Amino acid sequence: MIFKHDVLIIGGGLAGSRAAIEMAGSGADVAVLTKVYATRSHSCAAQGGISAALGNREEDNWLWHAFDTVKGSDYLGDQDAIEVMCHDAIRTIYELEHMGVPFSRTEEGRIDQRPFGGHTRNFGERAVRRACYAADRTGHVMLHTLVEGCIGRGVRFYHEFQVLDLVFNDGVCCGVVAYEIKTGRLHTFHARAVLLATGGYGKAFRVTSNGMANTGDGFAWPYRHGIPLEDMEFVQFHPTGIHGFGILLSEAARGEGGILRNKDGERFMERYAPTVKDLAPRDMVSRAIRTEIKEGRGFPGEYVVLDLTHLGKDHIESKLPDITSFCRIYMGIDPVEKPVPIHPTAHYAMGGVPTDIDGRVVKDAANTPVPGLWAAGEVACVSVHGANRLGTNSLLDTVVFGRRGGKSIKQTLPGLEWTPLPEDPEATVRDHIARVKAGTGELAAPIRKELGETMMNDCSVYRDEAGLTACVAKVRELRERYRSVRVSDKGDVFNTDLLEAIELGSLIDVAEGIATAALHRTESRGAHSRMDHPDRDDTNWLKHSLVWRDEDRGCRVGDKPVTITRFQPKPRSY
Amino acid sequence: MEVSFEILRFDPSRDSSPRYQTYRVEAEPNSRILDVLNTIKWEQDGTLTYRRSCAHGVCGSDAVVINGKNGLACQQLLKNYGGRTRFRIEPLPAFRVIKDLVVDMEPFFRHYERIKPYFVNEKPPPETERLQDPVDREAIDDATKCILCGACTGSCPSFWSNQQYLGPAALLKAFRFVFDTRDTATDERLKVVNDQDGLWRCHTIFNCNACCPKEIDITDAISRLKVLAVQTRL
Repeated sequence: MIFKHDVLIIGGGLAGSRAAIEMAGSGADVAVLTKVYATRSHSCAAQGGISAALGNREEDNWLWHAFDTVKGSDYLGDQDAIEVMCHDAIRTIYELEHMGVPFSRTEEGRIDQRPFGGHTRNFGERAVRRACYAADRTGHVMLHTLVEGCIGRGVRFYHEFQVLDLVFNDGVCCGVVAYEIKTGRLHTFHARAVLLATGGYGKAFRVTSNGMANTGDGFAWPYRHGIPLEDMEFVQFHPTGIHGFGILLSEAARGEGGILRNKDGERFMERYAPTVKDLAPRDMVSRAIRTEIKEGRGFPGEYVVLDLTHLGKDHIESKLPDITSFCRIYMGIDPVEKPVPIHPTAHYAMGGVPTDIDGRVVKDAANTPVPGLWAAGEVACVSVHGANRLGTNSLLDTVVFGRRGGKSIKQTLPGLEWTPLPEDPEATVRDHIARVKAGTGELAAPIRKELGETMMNDCSVYRDEAGLTACVAKVRELRERYRSVRVSDKGDVFNTDLLEAIELGSLIDVAEGIATAALHRTESRGAHSRMDHPDRDDTNWLKHSLVWRDEDRGCRVGDKPVTITRFQPKPRSY
Repeated sequence: MEVSFEILRFDPSRDSSPRYQTYRVEAEPNSRILDVLNTIKWEQDGTLTYRRSCAHGVCGSDAVVINGKNGLACQQLLKNYGGRTRFRIEPLPAFRVIKDLVVDMEPFFRHYERIKPYFVNEKPPPETERLQDPVDREAIDDATKCILCGACTGSCPSFWSNQQYLGPAALLKAFRFVFDTRDTATDERLKVVNDQDGLWRCHTIFNCNACCPKEIDITDAISRLKVLAVQTRL
């Protein structure tokens, strides 16, 4: 069946629903396609907060926020985009409050704010209370508010419609092909504008805080149509994943006073970041944890602990109720009484589909736009996070750039023609499904497991040339094996066996891009830490990477300049 | 440890009626029920079908019946069952089964949409935030924890017998807005819920409370809405 909407938003998380709200009521016919129910989108798992220099608790300034974001990005973030985000943050928070987000409050009834990693006053002096929050389920309440805002505005949702490809005609994006999960039917959605808001690819790693839906689909589709991915080597490992599970324990735990300790009980972050200690940015804390473990100061089983015991029961249970419950449920540990075993967990993609500050997808170093295609949120690389994202800036990114993407489409739409669909737009997807259903090789699960292992072993917190070379080769070997992947379920109704196999194809393409870009960048910057090139090299590497997919010859890597406005690169210490 | 999972299965393209199928799986006491379902799907039988995403109890995808009690497959560990090694997993009751453990949630979300689940305040907002006393904010704190998993509505005997009933999840959502001091659509929402298929279908059976994975006192929220509906004399 062919559906027709002016605008398609792919993904119902925070970026997608914020974009939809922006366009609702404008006269444009907008539809959101989501492979889960929109409230199940992984934005719901964001815990700790969303930053803006409101100054509700102490003096603050959006320029300090911008500086922290630039420094946090290890100077790879584009400063024009960062200025837009941090300046707009203040208006954005008030707008979210006006939309009904139930933020936690101060005694005076204002939005409360807590400290977070890498956020400081006066250009690095000391930690500042900048993160607005709702206990430790900030993403959850924001997601419900925005999805509900869409419901109130009559936005059309296609829940459990899984997009499997973008449709292009002569370089113009003019729709998507979607699989109706309940029936197994393929549909073409014809549109004048498409906005990708599909989130991340955490499932490429064995240990991750991400949900099963985070399979990098929105990276893979444009990538397969010749659009490069930007800064893919920068993968954020969140320092505090629950040992064994990888489930996120919010940085808010340290914002509220939690302390990381090694097996000797030492507060080791004092050695790595003497000024801000446990509130150092995530890349530094993850490296510190891995170093402690590597040098024999971790616990057997390769973890350190997050100690909240000094904070008191009332404080922990009121400010961090969700993570308290996670510790009790999954570890059988009460964080009021005992420190919690943690280790780094794959968390967030700094890189992604390159866009300009209005969410337009761009396809080269000259920022040439791809007609008809926008992207926002984790799948997009604006770039505001550069080589390392600060905690709380992902939620901010989703709503600031979701709104800007929506605004940009709204303004562009009157001049946008209906690009005709190409002949048989579903052909590629139909062939892929038929091939997978007829496959006689291995099941998807063992291939996915090996992918997660190789990415975890050779492409995580610490990297080197030998490991990355092996990793690229391994991913390419897995792709060969994937060509004949087999499924047990050949049916049409709710065939998640088939969809998992198709998602594995996305993960493999994305993983190859990550590992290739990581091998290419022979320096250490932000979350990309090369043991064989331990220093940042601004002379040769103060630039974004672009990686193009080439199935036969391996990925092609290029670069793109970084935009610097106010803050010249300096050594990064905390 | 070896566990046996007896799972109620139904594939509309093959089965004329639901059937139980038993799988034996090697698992750790620390494994989630969801981990065991994944092991079955990935190693034994790819046709086994269930919803899942976040795997730690915040997205609300995987509410099922575990040994007779509604809960999230990702939030229950094997060791919580006192050494038990036999488990029975079934789809949520009262909803139409699409396939295996996947039920049709459309009626659930239709009820949710009926209570106008969106923030309303037509007054022009101030330039900064609307002020809200932390005590007032606290009043809706529990209600904002709801993940719309449907475990409560699927556990409610009133809903089993009458699926026109809004159900506990939708009523809790109404509570979240009615008791938000910033929201101004109280009367419209009370009109929707003050109905024999709304508040008054709740007979305080407390099944919802017993199975809510976020431990929300849903029955209390419904009771407070009842009091308000009576006091408001709509």
